[in-house]
Amino acid sequence: MPLLDVKKMTHYFGGLRAVHDYHLSIEPGQIRGLIGPNGAGKTTIFNLLTGIHKPTEGEILLDGNSLVGLFPHQIAALGLGRTFQNLCLWRHMTVLEHVMLARYARLDYGLVGAFFGTAKRQRQEAESEIVARKLLRMLGIEDLAEQNVLNLSYGNQRRVEMARALATEPKILFLDEPTAGMTPEELIQMMAIIRQVHAELGLAIFLIEHRLKMVMELCEQIQTLVFGEVIAEGTPEEIQNNPQVIEAYLGKETLH
Amino acid sequence: MTFFFQNVVNALQYGSFYALIALGYSMVYSILMLFNFAHGDIFMTGAYIGFGVATGLTVLAAAGTIVLPNWLILVLTILIAMFLTSMLGMLVERLGYRPLRDAPRASAAITGMMIGLILEYGNLLLLGPQRRSFPRLIQTVTYDVGGVILTNKKIMIVAVSMVLMYALHLFISRTRWGLAMRAMAFDHVVVPLMGVPINTIARLTFALGSALAAVAGIFFGLAYPVLDPYMGIVFGWKAFVAAILGGRGSVMGATIAGFMLGFIEIFVAMVFPSTLRDLIAYSIILGILVFRPHGLFGEAYSARLRL
Repeated sequence: MPLLDVKKMTHYFGGLRAVHDYHLSIEPGQIRGLIGPNGAGKTTIFNLLTGIHKPTEGEILLDGNSLVGLFPHQIAALGLGRTFQNLCLWRHMTVLEHVMLARYARLDYGLVGAFFGTAKRQRQEAESEIVARKLLRMLGIEDLAEQNVLNLSYGNQRRVEMARALATEPKILFLDEPTAGMTPEELIQMMAIIRQVHAELGLAIFLIEHRLKMVMELCEQIQTLVFGEVIAEGTPEEIQNNPQVIEAYLGKETLH
Repeated sequence: MTFFFQNVVNALQYGSFYALIALGYSMVYSILMLFNFAHGDIFMTGAYIGFGVATGLTVLAAAGTIVLPNWLILVLTILIAMFLTSMLGMLVERLGYRPLRDAPRASAAITGMMIGLILEYGNLLLLGPQRRSFPRLIQTVTYDVGGVILTNKKIMIVAVSMVLMYALHLFISRTRWGLAMRAMAFDHVVVPLMGVPINTIARLTFALGSALAAVAGIFFGLAYPVLDPYMGIVFGWKAFVAAILGGRGSVMGATIAGFMLGFIEIFVAMVFPSTLRDLIAYSIILGILVFRPHGLFGEAYSARLRL
């Protein structure tokens, strides 16, 4: 059974058809890529799957649970983690606090515990901090734990985002252009991190990326999206040689 | 000198009321970007709920139905009123503000004022226009410390208020709920994707603010034992000023500015005729805001929940 199974998903923004008849099936531990020109609807698909928008039609199953109509926090709690195209970090909060907040749904002490500092709260918060620090160590930013995120370099802010997404304990991780705006060195590091996360945590990963080289290297299967429709799907080699994909990216060659 | 310290004591007491109420304004503002203009009337309702609970328990105790010492009645009154008033706060959030989450801010502000009016006139309808006197739950004990007159009530009011503010500070800085409130001050899109139920957090924020306002209401009832349905208006506005002065969204700011407001008012009244008190006191605050438009602990273009 696939981990994430999307069938016939269609979405309209008013009269605009943003996504049409979208299908996706990701197995546990698989890395999948989603490419396509700007405005093709890649981020919209992420937003539909994570519950920010509710699809007009279609079915989404994560590990057998239907996600359609759930609140984003319920979807996150079911095991879907995500990072963002534009860094979405919270100013005024430290690196550690970012990661700890993402553990929210994994803790279950209640308000009474919160106010009276019960043993359960102390234990859960302490364990949560250990998990958070472990993730930061894995991403190589443990020594920045107490820093305000604003003081970090762009590459490290991206790592915080990644650590935060991982802290929700996802079964599948959605990465929306994880290397956007990165320098070549940062890009290489980020690729290594993605590989490491995949290897160590055994997650399924669904990746939107503009840099084709990166997608080709990381992903086993790639979908190409144009105007909200998948025009090609296959292995990196198949995608690279697909005339429709070449046309979508480079335009049509006209011969006279 | 004695006169001065006497005023410090009074200012601390007044400041406690303002700070307790201002915290509610500031917390709600920081996470929802709206001022809950019904908050002053929630303070009033909290005072009346306290009045109702205290009166009821006193009557029962006097009739011998239950055996309760007065101090226990006070503790129970505070706890029950905090609970019921936080229910009211959650109801206001659910019915008044949640449907307007994405509406223009002016709609939410107007709604808040309407809710305030409903609470005022609902109270008028239920209990009539006459003022009510709050039951005297504890015998006033007076201490003379080097000429400065302290009463057990004043000490209790200031001490309990400070303990509550410190508890709030710990709650916001140490727990997942507090962390969620602070993050929610920054955005409402990413936070839920990290598994945080933002509607629950919004409800909680209203509940906390309302519970603190209820404590302020009961303490007001103990200190100045007269309640009327409009008592929330002026107090609400003044606490609102404290929230602005402290810097929108700043917990520390709202607390300090609340006390500052108490001090400015009392000390202006110490020097000038008391009829001019508010005119002069609020001119001073206006002056401060001219130089620090974002408040003492505020930040330009940002009103995030901070410690």
